Amino acid sequence: MASYSTNEFRGGLKIMLDGDPCSIIDNEFVKPGKGQAFNRVKIRNLKNGRVLDKTFKSGESVEAADVVDTEMQYLYNDGEFWHFMDPESYEQQAGDANAVGDAHLWLKAQDHCEVTLYNGSPIAVTPPNFVELEITDTDPGLKGDTAQGGTKPATLETGAVVKVPLFLEIGEQVKVDTRSGEYMSRVKK
Amino acid sequence: MYRQIRAFFNTRGYLEVDTPVLMPATSTDVHIGSLEVSCALRRLFLQTSPEYAMKRLLAAGSGSIFQIGHAFRQDEQGRLHNPEFSLLEWYREGYDYQQLMDEMELLIISLSLRQCNFSRITYRQLFRQSLGLVIDDISLTQLRTECSRRIPGCEPQDLDFDQCLDLLLAMVIAPEMRGYQFVCDYPLSQAALARVSGNDASVAERFELFFDGVELANGFSELTDASQQRARFESDNLVRAQKGLPQHDIDEFLLAALDHGLEDCAGVALGLDRLLMVLLNLDSIDQVLTFRA
Repeated sequence: MASYSTNEFRGGLKIMLDGDPCSIIDNEFVKPGKGQAFNRVKIRNLKNGRVLDKTFKSGESVEAADVVDTEMQYLYNDGEFWHFMDPESYEQQAGDANAVGDAHLWLKAQDHCEVTLYNGSPIAVTPPNFVELEITDTDPGLKGDTAQGGTKPATLETGAVVKVPLFLEIGEQVKVDTRSGEYMSRVKK
Repeated sequence: MYRQIRAFFNTRGYLEVDTPVLMPATSTDVHIGSLEVSCALRRLFLQTSPEYAMKRLLAAGSGSIFQIGHAFRQDEQGRLHNPEFSLLEWYREGYDYQQLMDEMELLIISLSLRQCNFSRITYRQLFRQSLGLVIDDISLTQLRTECSRRIPGCEPQDLDFDQCLDLLLAMVIAPEMRGYQFVCDYPLSQAALARVSGNDASVAERFELFFDGVELANGFSELTDASQQRARFESDNLVRAQKGLPQHDIDEFLLAALDHGLEDCAGVALGLDRLLMVLLNLDSIDQVLTFRA
């Protein structure tokens, strides 16, 4: 099994910790001049998304995790699994609700997203930072109320509900930041 | 900064020296790794500090000396580390470590654009004051418990006593330090090349200088006894063997020099990259290096 020494630690490196695949977010080298060196590492558990701190003695080795991030196209949801396809090899992968998490709120068929594969199966899905989606349901638009900056809930074609300005109507396209779930702008066709 | 440093030492009667960076022997210090260079079928080492060479000059009668040069340490890379770094190292004959700390304060005041406040605390007091720990009475088990309690994600089961102290100092105590602070009188197990204290045989006359928790310098009342020094080198090599680290031949030239006679003196090495970094109020060594390794 491949392993990494603390000297190789850097952001994005995938390692195994307590049986779970993890990604290194931040690595700090700490050493008293004449003392033991340590690596203080911030790590994200890729299975549950939790971030934890870990302190290693420098020079220790940890097992590498067989984790790859791949750009894939979202195809459809069969009720239980979300199906993705590698646009180059046409190889398909299915991820369950655990792997897809909240990403399903932003996934529209044909759109691309990043699928994290662990031992060849999806464990996490990251939508693009910005997506453009159609409003499928919202209260009627109120003309002339734009200056007030008021908002109303709108349901998008993927099922996500975001706060949008009052003037927007059903059928319009909006741009949303998937990291915060916030409305960015109206998209003119 | 270099011009001011040279002026400071020149007016105080020091001789500037320049010792080789590439030498056949290197430090046996367990926690300092040396970079090896192969040259004409010989194994040479980039020096981790000019200490051994400068002590040989002192034993040969150089009088008080200073040097600005580069030192190299294997696998040290991070926000405050680069494998190659600049050291200002100086030795003052007739001084002990307390007098050397006084002189260091004067140097830093002369380099600093702001008001400097210095304080001194012993290693023992520091642990008592910051963590409420009496390091003379605590057991290794209790110390490991302190580490896991205070440091997230730390597994101290296989750390020894000094490693636990290093960890607590680096991760818990240092981040809380403010201003220029000298920490002195290190436990004998961390004596390195320092003389055992005349007042308290359980500590060594070693000090370090921190600024806002960033370690800047390490100094000693120098150990001048060749047989004690040989015993420490040999014990370093034993620990190196246990840890699976390369053992280094003892620098017989240094021991011969000590044997010949080294006058009582105190010496200190000050990291110039880090000093410049804190003088300019920056927080990463990258910001003061011309180019990074």
